Amino acid sequence: MTPPETGRLDVRKTYKLYVGGAFPRSESGRSYPVHDAKGRFLANAAHASRKDARDAVQAARKAFPGWSTRTPYNRGQVVYRVAEVLEGRRAQLAEEVQHGEGLSRRQAETAVDAAVDRLVWYAGWADKLAQVVGGTNPVAGPYFTFSVPEPTGVVAVLAPQGSSLLGLVSVLAPVVVTGNTAVVAASADRPLPAVTLAEVLATSDVPGGVVNLLTGSLADTAPTLASHMDVNAVDLTGLAGDPEEATRLEQLAAENLKRVLRPPDAEPDWTTGPGLDRMTRFLETKTVWHPVGV
Amino acid sequence: MTQPEDAPVPTRPGPAEVFAYAPAPESRAVVDLRSSYGLFVDGRFVDAVGGGSFKTVNPATEEVLAEVAEGTAEDVDLAVAAARRAQTRVWSRMPGRERAKYLFRIARILQERSRELAVLESLDNGKPIRESRDVDVPLAAQWFFYYAGWADKLEHAGFGAAPQPLGVAGQVIPWNFPLLMLSWKVAPALACGNTVVLKPAETTPLTALLFAEICRQADLPPGVVNIVTGAGETGRAVVAHPDVDKVAFTGSTEVGRQIARTVAGTRKRVTLELGGKAANIVFDDAPVDQAVEGVVNGIFFNQGHVCCAGSRLLVQESVAEDVLARLKRRMGTLRVGDPLDKNTDVGAINSATQLARIRELSEVGEAEGAERWSPSCTLPAHGYWFPPTVFTGVSQAHRIAREEIFGPVLSVLTFRTPAEAVEKANNTPYGLSAGIWSDKGSRILWVVDRLRAGVVWANTFNQFDPTSPFGGYQESGYGREGGRHGLEAYLR
Amino acid sequence: MATSRPTYADAVTQTVAPTTPLPARLDDATSSDATLRRFLHGLPGVDQVGAEARAATLGTRSIKTTAKAFGLDLAIRMVDLTTLEGQDTPGKVRALCAKAMRPDPLDPGCPETAAVCVYPDLVATARQALGDSGVHVASVATAFPSGRAALDVKLADVRHAVADGADEVDMVIDRGAFLSGRYLRVLEEVVAVREACARPDGSRAHLKVILETGELATYDNVRRASWLAMLAGADFIKTSTGKVQPAATLPVTMVMVEAVRDFRDATGATVGVKPAGGIRTSKDALKYLVMVNEVAGPDWLDPDLFRFGASSLLNDLLMQRTKMATGRYTGPDYVTLD
Repeated sequence: MTPPETGRLDVRKTYKLYVGGAFPRSESGRSYPVHDAKGRFLANAAHASRKDARDAVQAARKAFPGWSTRTPYNRGQVVYRVAEVLEGRRAQLAEEVQHGEGLSRRQAETAVDAAVDRLVWYAGWADKLAQVVGGTNPVAGPYFTFSVPEPTGVVAVLAPQGSSLLGLVSVLAPVVVTGNTAVVAASADRPLPAVTLAEVLATSDVPGGVVNLLTGSLADTAPTLASHMDVNAVDLTGLAGDPEEATRLEQLAAENLKRVLRPPDAEPDWTTGPGLDRMTRFLETKTVWHPVGV
Repeated sequence: MTQPEDAPVPTRPGPAEVFAYAPAPESRAVVDLRSSYGLFVDGRFVDAVGGGSFKTVNPATEEVLAEVAEGTAEDVDLAVAAARRAQTRVWSRMPGRERAKYLFRIARILQERSRELAVLESLDNGKPIRESRDVDVPLAAQWFFYYAGWADKLEHAGFGAAPQPLGVAGQVIPWNFPLLMLSWKVAPALACGNTVVLKPAETTPLTALLFAEICRQADLPPGVVNIVTGAGETGRAVVAHPDVDKVAFTGSTEVGRQIARTVAGTRKRVTLELGGKAANIVFDDAPVDQAVEGVVNGIFFNQGHVCCAGSRLLVQESVAEDVLARLKRRMGTLRVGDPLDKNTDVGAINSATQLARIRELSEVGEAEGAERWSPSCTLPAHGYWFPPTVFTGVSQAHRIAREEIFGPVLSVLTFRTPAEAVEKANNTPYGLSAGIWSDKGSRILWVVDRLRAGVVWANTFNQFDPTSPFGGYQESGYGREGGRHGLEAYLR
Repeated sequence: MATSRPTYADAVTQTVAPTTPLPARLDDATSSDATLRRFLHGLPGVDQVGAEARAATLGTRSIKTTAKAFGLDLAIRMVDLTTLEGQDTPGKVRALCAKAMRPDPLDPGCPETAAVCVYPDLVATARQALGDSGVHVASVATAFPSGRAALDVKLADVRHAVADGADEVDMVIDRGAFLSGRYLRVLEEVVAVREACARPDGSRAHLKVILETGELATYDNVRRASWLAMLAGADFIKTSTGKVQPAATLPVTMVMVEAVRDFRDATGATVGVKPAGGIRTSKDALKYLVMVNEVAGPDWLDPDLFRFGASSLLNDLLMQRTKMATGRYTGPDYVTLD
């Protein structure tokens, strides 16, 4: 290929998976072409296999004890740091969102800004949610009893297919800020911002394995994640508009009683403010009793 | 009863030889048992479509107590229709303060008729009258009192400014705490403005039917509470009914799995309270007499028919011998027998099926090499009975350490360090409850933090309160019952 | 410092090892304040809520018909019929002794009580009244109820009671010393009192050690004080003087019953328990018997190992006994007021 007139051949980026803090290619060696909204080739992305999904679950499980026992203050700072680093990649992400989602530059920038702001919003929740959804229980006896929220464990997240960055951040942040670790299947057709987000995570303070990111067809990864016995919960948001597949995955998830967040009929407007639901869906309530006496 | 000759227990005469407690039976006369019961649909008792019925027996004697209508899919359909009508036309439109008063009224009647309910519960379930009288029935009333108070305060519960009921709740409950589980299900559902179709367990339908009568006594509008008795098929019909908005189930993990599959792809909200294999962890600095009581209470309360039973005793190796000797001595004072005797501690196993399961797993325990011990006790000739049993020399790999036995059978394992205790306690697909016994506060909190269980009792066990959320991690199910958390399952 | 009267140290030099030899482990425990402290604080804790819940559950036992008849008679045989008032007179004590020997004048089958319990100056009166009836004379001593006197005064008090014919001595421990952690001092005092119980013929009055649990504040302390008294050679451990509230309660007595049970497991020696103060009804007494039966075992269902320190309890036991026999509820006019 001939260099352009500037005399310099640009260095293209390789979009890889993000598993256990590393950026492996798919163990299958497969990749797939990613196109922009108008059908022009953008890049090749790694096509995650079932084995990649299993590796990602293993990495997420390994990271869980450390991440879930960090102080909430610390988790909040880590998520805020992600927002800081993301802000620094604003231009790159805006470009990827613009091409991938077929938006204007301005719309894409707005989406990136909203994603950063969403991270900041969730970061602040880390050390507040326990007081909002937990507390002491006024039992009728000589006992001190309290209930605290705890992360449910490893959460498989099927990210929205449409909103490749804001949607992704909106489903991922609530899962990890509360102490879960995540395996995310990114938008199949628009995976590039997800990989860039992974690079942001890797260069901020998020420990390896807390977020694991898979690109490629859901047909390969999603059933593996939904049926995996070491996954505690699954967010099916990425299956909005595909009730049959969502039903099939929910049935698979029943095998170990995963907590299931069903997909909406259609992908929601991610710019509206989220409530607590996406955090509380992946929390367990632990109630503790102790006698009060001398 | 057999027991190993070398059992290291005191050989002095048991209490029976010196201070023999004379029989102290609670009178059955307080219960007006009918020979047959219909379904409770739309405020009336009706026969099942097709006229099918089944017998419910007293597990302590195998005496048939009554014939009970067996609800079919058509009956469930009628009940759901009645519940839907009542929900849209009456119950959801009624101001919360009025709903509250109905629930308060029910709570009061439960208290007023507590003796009758307790005796009926013990007759049908086999549990000791001391427990039905002092635990099940008072807690059931307390549950209604608690949720009654929420009915007109829901906008302050933290679920949005104007939370709405879900609609019709289909509820399937187990046989271990028939009336109490009914109250855990019905009280929050009604407080939030839902109506219910409840299926009691096949072997224990009677207190639910008495509850139906109490609903009539309270002038609860027809259709708000519907009770459809029957077995597994009836329950499946409730869960699968397309016009049910919410499914609440307490029972086995296997059935919970089936329910989760059944509701997949629907809009039904689900809460599941399933099995458990709780560890009761005794550290070397435990208040040992209370720990032994807690272990006994943890596994022999309600014949061990408790999802959160402390069925695995994890005892620190340095005190294992002492704790076991104390435990066995204490087990020797448990009084097994007539559930209606006020001095009975351990009653009858609820059914022949359950007894067979307990026997089978206990035999597996022996076959796998664990050492089995029970105190010497005479079991009644009729009915379903199993003596309080402890297995020592159990390892994590044994089936009796992994599977829920749901009977008065304790598996004893040892540990050396707190980390090992936590690791063993968490080494199960379940995650409902756990116990910790130690006099060191910081160690308790360290362990509490690491246990993957929905309820952790420290220096106590098997405590329940309507203000206190209850429910499991992992395969013990999802959702919480009790407290403000318990409202979430019935609101949108 | 020169002084003619015996000092605390003088008194304790008279001590000898308890007659029942303790296992080496326990013998070491009493060798210094430090080891004693380590031992007592190494005893398992008592969780208040759990202990009280267990006692309450035992209290729900329903004791009817034959069991009740058995329990009532046993309880009568366990009563230390007590009068400990400033206004006590020889006449009052003689009346009480008559009652102890024949609680129900109309029923010769009615058992006698275990003992009559009086102040030391009335021991001679009681001794004379009871003669060789088999009903024991028990005397409080050691500057009862506060115990706040010099040791030699306390020992003189004990020797006087024993010399006048007391079969049993109910001493109080030095709660001040206990609460300030001077455990060895408490132990040595009990040992000294035990020595003072000796009679010229080589026999010894039985020693009941009153812990005054109402002043010990916690069940942990009750358990420690129980062991302390037993290590010192107590024949009985007793809850209270009856002059401090709360006096005997079911849970506090249960903690002490657990202690004697565990002490026997550790040493082979059997120590008795006496709840005193506040037990007024048959129903209460039966609850204690149930508790003893199920916590320590039936061995302790014996007047040699379990007593009730009480005054009004006896009449209620008698009224219930009559009710069992006649089927009619009786009234206070039908039992003797003494």
